[in-house]
Order: sequence, then C-alpha cells, then structure tokens
Amino acid sequence: MTTTSDAPARTAAGTPPAPDGADLAVHLLRLGDDALVLGQRLCQWITRAPTIEEDLALSNIALDLIGHARVLLTRAGRLDGTGRTEDDLAFTRSEREFTNALLTELHNGDFAVTVARQLAYTHYAVLYYEALAGCADAELAAFGARAAKEVAFHRLHADRWTLRLGRGTPESARRMRQGLERVWPYTGELFDEDDVVRRLAASGAVPSPAPLRPEWERRVTEVVTRAGLTVPAGSWRARGGRDGLHTEEFGLLVAELQSVHRRFPGGTW
Amino acid sequence: MNAPAGTAAAVDDDELLAHFDALLAEGGTVEPRDWMPDGYRRMLIRQIAQHAHSEIIGMQPEGAWLTRAPSLHRKSVLIAKVQDEAGHGLYLYSAAETLGVDRADLLDALHRGQQRASATFNHPALTWADTGAIAWLTDGAAVINQAPLCRTSYGPYARAMRRVCQEEAFHVRQGYDLMRALCEGTPEQKEMAQDAVDRWWLPAVALMFGPPDTEAGGADARTAALGAAVSRRAMAWGIKRHTNDELRQRFVDQCVPQAERLGLTLPDPAIRWNEERGHYDFTPVDWDVYREALGDDTVWARQRIAHRRAAHEDGAWVREAAAAYAARADDGAAEEAEDEAAVAVGAGEGAVFVGGAEEGTGETGACAVRAGGVAGEDA
Repeated sequence: MTTTSDAPARTAAGTPPAPDGADLAVHLLRLGDDALVLGQRLCQWITRAPTIEEDLALSNIALDLIGHARVLLTRAGRLDGTGRTEDDLAFTRSEREFTNALLTELHNGDFAVTVARQLAYTHYAVLYYEALAGCADAELAAFGARAAKEVAFHRLHADRWTLRLGRGTPESARRMRQGLERVWPYTGELFDEDDVVRRLAASGAVPSPAPLRPEWERRVTEVVTRAGLTVPAGSWRARGGRDGLHTEEFGLLVAELQSVHRRFPGGTW
Repeated sequence: MNAPAGTAAAVDDDELLAHFDALLAEGGTVEPRDWMPDGYRRMLIRQIAQHAHSEIIGMQPEGAWLTRAPSLHRKSVLIAKVQDEAGHGLYLYSAAETLGVDRADLLDALHRGQQRASATFNHPALTWADTGAIAWLTDGAAVINQAPLCRTSYGPYARAMRRVCQEEAFHVRQGYDLMRALCEGTPEQKEMAQDAVDRWWLPAVALMFGPPDTEAGGADARTAALGAAVSRRAMAWGIKRHTNDELRQRFVDQCVPQAERLGLTLPDPAIRWNEERGHYDFTPVDWDVYREALGDDTVWARQRIAHRRAAHEDGAWVREAAAAYAARADDGAAEEAEDEAAVAVGAGEGAVFVGGAEEGTGETGACAVRAGGVAGEDA
C-alpha cells in the first residue's frame, strides 16, 4: 500500500531485496515509535487524571510503553548499521524520521478519547506481540511474550473504562461515542502492510499485522457492543505515519520530547 | 470526655485512657477499632492528611518534566517516581480513612484551602536539574522525617510509612545519581545542577521539617515553648519521635558530605563542621527564615491547588460514570470484581496495608527501573 523511503540504510530504488537487518530495523523502529509516542502522550495525563488511581494506572502504562520503546529502538539501532542508541533515536531524529502510526500521536482529548485510543492500540498490540512471541528470533520472541503480558493489563484497563463510560451516564456515553469516532479512522494504519513487512513476513522473520485485523475487529466490536455503543463505520482512513508524514501537532510533541536533550549538546544523563 | 466527674462515662473514659497510655508505654500499636483519645485521632488525621496531600501536590513539579526527560532511562525513572507518589497518596488517604474520614472530604478540604500540603512544593521546578534536586534534597528530608514514623504508634500509619520509606529511599538515590550525572557532564549541565540546588536547599531544610521547635533551632523562647509543647504532645502519643530541629540537623549532617562529593555548594555560608558538637553548623531556621521559605501566598501555591482542582473538576464526569456503572453492575458482578482485582495488581495499586499485609507492587516496569536504576549514594 505504501512504501517506506525514510529508512537510512535503504537504497533510493528500494527494489533489490534489502538485507534482513535493514528491513527488520525499519519495522522495529515503527513498533518502537508507536510505544514511545503513545507513552509520551500518556505522560501528559499524569497529575491531571480523574482520580489518583488513574494517575497511577496511566503512569504505569506509560512506564511499560517506554520500556517497550527502549528495547525496540535499541535493537533497531543495532540492526540498521548506524550504531545509534535508543536515546540517539528518540532525541535526535526529526519529526519526519519518526514512523509511529498516527493513532499514537493523537491528542489526548478528554478521558474518553484517551480510552478509545487505548482500546484500539492495546487490542492491536496484544495480538501483534503474541504473534511476535512465536517468531524465530529468540530475543524478539522473548520480548513479544513479555510485552504481550504487560499490554494485556493495559487492554483490561481500556476494556473496563470503555464499559464504565459507555454504560455510565448519558454524558459519559456521549463522550465515549465521540472518542471512538475521533480515533477510529486512525486504526487501519496499525494493520498496513508494505514491502518491508511483506518481505519480513515472507521470510518468516516477523509476522505481518495485516492478518490480525479480523480478530482485532471481532474483539473491539465485542467490547464496544457490551458498552452499549457501536463501532464507527468510518468513511475515511488516515495514514502516513509509517512514512514520516504526521499530524501538524506532532512537531510539538517531538519538540517537547527532545527539548532538554537538544539543549545540552554532548551532555551525559 | 466532657462528662462531669464521677459519672459512669467519665470513669469509663478514665479507664480507657489508662489502658491507652499503658499500651503506648509498652510500645504497642493502636489499631482502628481500639479506643483512642479524640485529640490523638485529630492529630493523626491532620498529620496523615497533610502528608497525603503533599504526595499528591508533590507530583506536580516533577510531573511537569516527564515529557522532557533527556534520556529514556531517566524518563522511566521519573515516571516510576511520580507513580510511587500517587501510590503513597493512596496508602495515606486509606490510612486516614481508618480514622473515620473520607478521602473525598480530605481532597475537598485541600481544594478549598482548609488543609495544606507541604509548602515545599510551592516552589517551581524550572529546569531538568530541579527534578534531581527535589529527589535528592526534599525526598532526602522526607526519609529522615518519615523513618521514625515507621514506628509511630498508630498501626495503619506505621505500616503505610514502612512502604513509603522504602520507596522514598530509592528516590533519594535516584536523585543523587541524576545530580551526579549532571555534575560529571558538561560545564553547562553542572551549572544547571548548582542552580537547582541553590533554589531547593532552603525549601528542603526549612519546610520539610516544619517550623523551629527548639531554642537551639532558632525559635525565640516563647514560640520554642509552644512548638516544643506540640512536639512533646505528639511524642508522648508516639505519633512523633523527634523534634523538628533534631531531624533538621540530621538532614544537614547527611547532605553536606554528599554535596561535597558532587562538587556542589549548598547555599548557606554558615555551614561548617563543629568539632565540639559533632555536627555541622548552619544558619538556624528561625521564624523569619521559615516564613521566607514558605512563599505561602505565591502564584505557585495558588497554581498547585488550581492544577489539582482543574484535574478534579475535569474528571468529575468520569467519576460519576464509574459510580453510576458500579451501582448498576449487578450482572456478572463477580467476574468484573475479578477483573478489577487483576487490573489493580497490574497497575501496582493494592494498598492493602490496613490489615498488615505489605506486598510488592507487582509490576515489572517500575521494579526493573528500581533494580537497575540505582547506583548512587546511600541515604
């Protein structure tokens, strides 16, 4: 569907079979950016959540996500031949070099938007990390197994809040419906498959997310239905994040993320 | 307590009081269902609530830097720390609730300005180094202040404090480690570290220990007598174990050599070793110094409360939805309760200290950070 052109180690033509390492680096960077950017968004909630329990839960989820990002970015930096560390990748790339799905960078909105975004992401991430746990690369498989377990708790958190808000008060149901409508056009990109993913999947290195979509649909529909709501039909799909084409607000997120690191060139932390 | 002498009620109270005093004298703990004097209960509620509020308000200055932490390791450490503070708030509000008050009422009192958080956090966190200075100095002060509370006479409070102190000790080491990294970094980084210490020393040394309560500490005779009376009362009840000024001295004695190792200067020209006393001298925290540090009616004091209120008000519809849902959830209630328990474990909650259990938080991320991220000074 889309071709990725911003991976440093890839040739401009992109046609000759790239070495596995470069493809895998592109793919892991995408997954890592998803976790990093979503974790960054959740950090913006902390001290602002509706209850102290939620401050605690959201920070716990953010902490797990940053942990996933660290593993994935570190591996990506090793594989792409540039020798960049997790911090090089997180703090010195430009907006255009981030390859997270647009879903993860969406503004937090009200609590319902955040819950809807968490619902979509966590159901996807559990499925994908479980699939990753079966891959041949022992290090990645172990990471997938651990991450799937952690994200399963995040998913439970999102499921419970979807139910509470959907079946709570008329006001919360209205907001939850709006939250789902806000984020749903951005969910398709999570399952996009391009040449990189196809090559990786064909070689058996890592699974493609594309075949997981029907199961994801089934699961989120089940939760949303139990919440007394409907999955938005959606006439359009947003994409571009995997190619470094982001929302305008993303530049601010990256600027904030990198501000201290960039302010002290040569600094050690 | 106010019944005329000689009535049955007064006799009962006298007997209960004697029993209570005997219990404290032999170092026993008071539990929620035990009889306790009203004054004891009131003093505890006030102290525990103020402590809980301080944890919640204290999340703000560091929370403001979560999105800007300059490395992913430091970001993880800081998230874990702020998360711990939310957890401490929860344990402490729960401990206060065992004394017959509601968390919601305590929060309302905070929001309305009827109860206070520690004034330490009425100071702004202006740079990244402030997160290190706060953790090293104010958490360091907190540990010194709170370690004796692990043996405080009220059981639920003591159990909460044991867990709080364990985590605070990590924060101090992490803060020291953060400052060490800055001090070993570029000249600009070290300058940032010194600037943060210059601004956070006074709030830590003055405000974390409370006002002066001894003449030696800098109180005049009258206020010292009053402060000492309050401290004596709290000590007699086993709520408090040392005077504010004793603990303050202990803090200074701990920080001076640490600052020397970092190559940082504590902003008090009077600091010097006193061979005779076996302690470091420092500018006494008298009432003038204390008031200066207080910054009570500053824009920041207002902003901390405004931030809390905004979060609380913005979240009202969410709490209402949760309450309405809980009231209605009769179908599959057991299954949901099970799920909730699983979520609670996953989210590191489980503030089950009232019955005496003290479990680990059970979440991998934060534990990994704690295990891996601590390489600094022992508190």
